[in-house]
Amino acid sequence: MPIIEAEGLRKTYRSKDREVRALDGFDLAAEQGTVTGLLGPNGAGKTTAVKVLTTLIRPDRGIARVDGIDVGADPQAVRRIIGSSGQFAAVDENLTGLENLEMVGRLYHLGIRAARARAAELIELFDLTEAGDRPVKGFSGGMRRRIDLAGALVIHPKVLFLDEPTTGLDPRSRIALWGVIKELVADGTTVLLTTQYLEEADQLASSICVIDSGRVIARGTSDELKGRIGGHRIVITLVDAADSEQARLVLARHGDGEVSVGESGRDLEVPVRSGAPALHGALADLEAADIRLHDAGVRRPTLDDVFLTLTGHRAEEATT
Amino acid sequence: MTSTWLADGWTVTWRNMLKFRRSPDYVVFAVLQPIMFVLLFSQVYGGSIRVDGTNYTDYLMAGIFGQTVLFGATFSGFGMAQDLKDGIIDRFRTLPMSPSAVLVGRTNADLALNTISMVIMILTGLVVGWRFRGTVVEFLGGVALLLLFSYSFSWVMALLGMLVRSPEVINNAAFMVLFPLTFISNAFVQTQNLPGPLEAFANWNPVSALVQAARELFGNVGDAPVPDVFPMQHSVAMVVVGSALLLVVFVPLAVARYSRTTGR
Repeated sequence: MPIIEAEGLRKTYRSKDREVRALDGFDLAAEQGTVTGLLGPNGAGKTTAVKVLTTLIRPDRGIARVDGIDVGADPQAVRRIIGSSGQFAAVDENLTGLENLEMVGRLYHLGIRAARARAAELIELFDLTEAGDRPVKGFSGGMRRRIDLAGALVIHPKVLFLDEPTTGLDPRSRIALWGVIKELVADGTTVLLTTQYLEEADQLASSICVIDSGRVIARGTSDELKGRIGGHRIVITLVDAADSEQARLVLARHGDGEVSVGESGRDLEVPVRSGAPALHGALADLEAADIRLHDAGVRRPTLDDVFLTLTGHRAEEATT
Repeated sequence: MTSTWLADGWTVTWRNMLKFRRSPDYVVFAVLQPIMFVLLFSQVYGGSIRVDGTNYTDYLMAGIFGQTVLFGATFSGFGMAQDLKDGIIDRFRTLPMSPSAVLVGRTNADLALNTISMVIMILTGLVVGWRFRGTVVEFLGGVALLLLFSYSFSWVMALLGMLVRSPEVINNAAFMVLFPLTFISNAFVQTQNLPGPLEAFANWNPVSALVQAARELFGNVGDAPVPDVFPMQHSVAMVVVGSALLLVVFVPLAVARYSRTTGR
């Protein structure tokens, strides 16, 4: 039985002048011990889905279960086994790192002494020792994020929900946080995370659900999803943008799809069925046409390509 | 899970008290502002405002107490709005804690803050010459009554804070509504000296009943006849019943609202 289940979730937000259907037939099933990534642009419904699963909002329709417990019928039972960390670090500015974690532990009913001990453990684990005894106010975004994440781990949760865990972090903190999440997963925690970073889903998730307009439009492993749009990409960079049109014609001849030309006119890309032979042929023709290259190569499709193929728009430029 | 509300409520109270200790705004409010008000009003107006049968400092103190506990209660609204804005409420709501605990902790902490203000005001009052003329029991009853009202009103403000969701709006609204409410009352002047419509308003103003009740229990009323309207004639009972009613109505409303609210 999947440990996280959602069937036909629907949630509509109404304001005076418009309705937004945040979830529209959202289905999900995640097995124990896996990391499921909900991937989609802003406004796709990722956060709403997490809010339903973490008992924060009730769906208009559909059912959600965590570890077999109906979230709507018995939210308290769900709250006892989950940890969650929201999109914005929900830490108390005026409390120290230790106090924040102690508070969470006490509210999980660990008892004051055990809550304090666990808080100290987590401060150590998350490398926050210098921040443990000072009010959070003075901390960087990355530190707050880590305290918030530590808060989600005060109990050893059966299921951990992370809503855009690295949004707003600098690259170094992001990679550090990925490390922490990977360790948790290695210890057997089931994780559901949302992200708008394709690379993040690729790095962390064993199973990815691509979300658009409140429903899952594709699911599978990163490789499966990439496999769905097939093949490889030939990518070349010209020395001179004046060669752009001529190079485009050459690539069109060797490719199996439309050639995309970057804004500078120097970066060209075309999907091909098998990379190496096509690249070979294309390079020979480009040389024959006396087109000078900076760079040329073959790459596998990224999740960004997947998103573009599935939805017709790029993940990162989608509107909210 | 009803058995946990006490422990959870205490945990949240503890957290709120830590916040008080660390932000200077609260210290200013709880300590400096009461001292300032007592000193300003008693020293500046004390010589100019005549009250029949008592001195102005005696008359004034109940008014300052009333004003301070009224404004003190708005901290509950401010606190709830701020917690929503900061996303802490979302954190709380994913924890297996009692659904009333955040509100219990909020209103408890604010009651503690108001109690501290009260003690400081009482001491400052005594220094500038204020004396309660009744028994000690009556005096303590007056203090208890003011705090009871403040506590009940805290729940109203906590609900408002969750509905409005903006700490700034709560602050501005409190200023715009409560400031006139305390000034068009018997807090600082005798209502019979006010122009007709204002006098009527002041006599029916709940703040007047609160101040009148405290003034009676402190024995600071003076000789002027009590305005002949029901709430003023039965001020102590009105405050007790009114506070109880506020609790009966607003505790369930606030808890219900909390259980459905999410930040951002």
